[in-house]
Amino acid sequence: MYAQEVKSTGKGVKAPEEMSVQERAFQARIDAGEKIEPKDWMPDGYRKNLVRQISQHGHSEVVGQLPEGNWITRAPTLERKAILLAKVQDEAGHGLYLYSAAETLGVSRADLIDDLLSGKAKYSSIFNYPTLNWADMGAVGWLVDGAAIVNQVALQRTSYGPYSRAMVRICKEESFHARQGFDIMMKMSSGTAAQKAMAQDALNRLWWPALMMFGPPDAESVHSAQSMAWKIKVMTNDEGRQKFVDQTIPQIEYLGLEVPDSAAKLNRETGHYSYSDPDWAEFFAVLKGNGPCNVDRLRARNIAHIEGAWFRDGLMAHAQKQQLAAE
Amino acid sequence: MAKDWPLWEIFIRGQYGLSHRHVGSLHAPDAEMAVLNARDVYTRRNEGVSLWVVKSADVTASAPSRKGPMFDPSNDKTYRHPTFFDIPDDVGSM
Repeated sequence: MYAQEVKSTGKGVKAPEEMSVQERAFQARIDAGEKIEPKDWMPDGYRKNLVRQISQHGHSEVVGQLPEGNWITRAPTLERKAILLAKVQDEAGHGLYLYSAAETLGVSRADLIDDLLSGKAKYSSIFNYPTLNWADMGAVGWLVDGAAIVNQVALQRTSYGPYSRAMVRICKEESFHARQGFDIMMKMSSGTAAQKAMAQDALNRLWWPALMMFGPPDAESVHSAQSMAWKIKVMTNDEGRQKFVDQTIPQIEYLGLEVPDSAAKLNRETGHYSYSDPDWAEFFAVLKGNGPCNVDRLRARNIAHIEGAWFRDGLMAHAQKQQLAAE
Repeated sequence: MAKDWPLWEIFIRGQYGLSHRHVGSLHAPDAEMAVLNARDVYTRRNEGVSLWVVKSADVTASAPSRKGPMFDPSNDKTYRHPTFFDIPDDVGSM
């Protein structure tokens, strides 16, 4: 999802008899549904996986501002502009909640940001796709935030206290995001034929990248088992994807648009929709840095960071001067 | 210059009559900016009527490893709890 490439320690999940006394007690707390808090003892692998997952999640929120920020000045009405501005501001806030949660594990904010800017840290593949027109603002809010909600609602049950609390806050704000997107889609699909065609085109382009957000199929998701055992992850990639498909296809039908997958069909017995595999080769290429916008996104973040340096330094210099004057 | 601004813990009073409650943390160059940033980060939707910011470095916490000795007494001194005492029904509510 927002952390699609969390490499684990490489080892499989330990059997209870292979664990140290401390590890066994730790696993017992997790199994009992107890939350782990920053100063508690935790295995190094737990800490490492969490830092990777939470920081990738935070970076996704931060980079996720770019595809939508692009359209703030070009929103069709003042109301749409104000709404989009509020949404993008929320994404910045979500990034901050997550960075704060990661920092409770002993990493510094500056190092986290350096890793993003240098390209060492990952963020979600979805934000490396372009937003070409206003209909994309509808599709992004509806599909991308919709997919994020599926993932984040589950993550409220994650075992690490600060991460779980960040998820609770984020989920409260996220449904505004999905609904504003759907509202744009409703408007466009009930508009002129040209507007409806734009809505369909946005859906066609963003449907597959949205499915990819949940990460590779479970059979190929080699690092998931340990994260599931530690309840860092609480839902498998395929479970999340299925849930998203099941809730979204009826919404597509409501809009009067076509599902961009001819294999999508409701199985009346299971109550689930079938769907085709997205192009996983494309997914891995985007993750490796070869998506349509990877270079642009990182360049935009680096420019913002460099051009904001004088302001950050100025505020700190002012604070130090005030403190000296007070002493 | 340090790479990161100092870290602040943020407390919000959700409504009058309630205590301030810890909601998270953020970086800011000084207390005044911490309050302004906390307003933007943590109270975009009527979350509070008052904010406290405290430098994280100024918080002293109890050690999790001492959870046992630190918090046990209230559990084994059961007479601290009102249910320890049997009061006859005839006495009425007490």
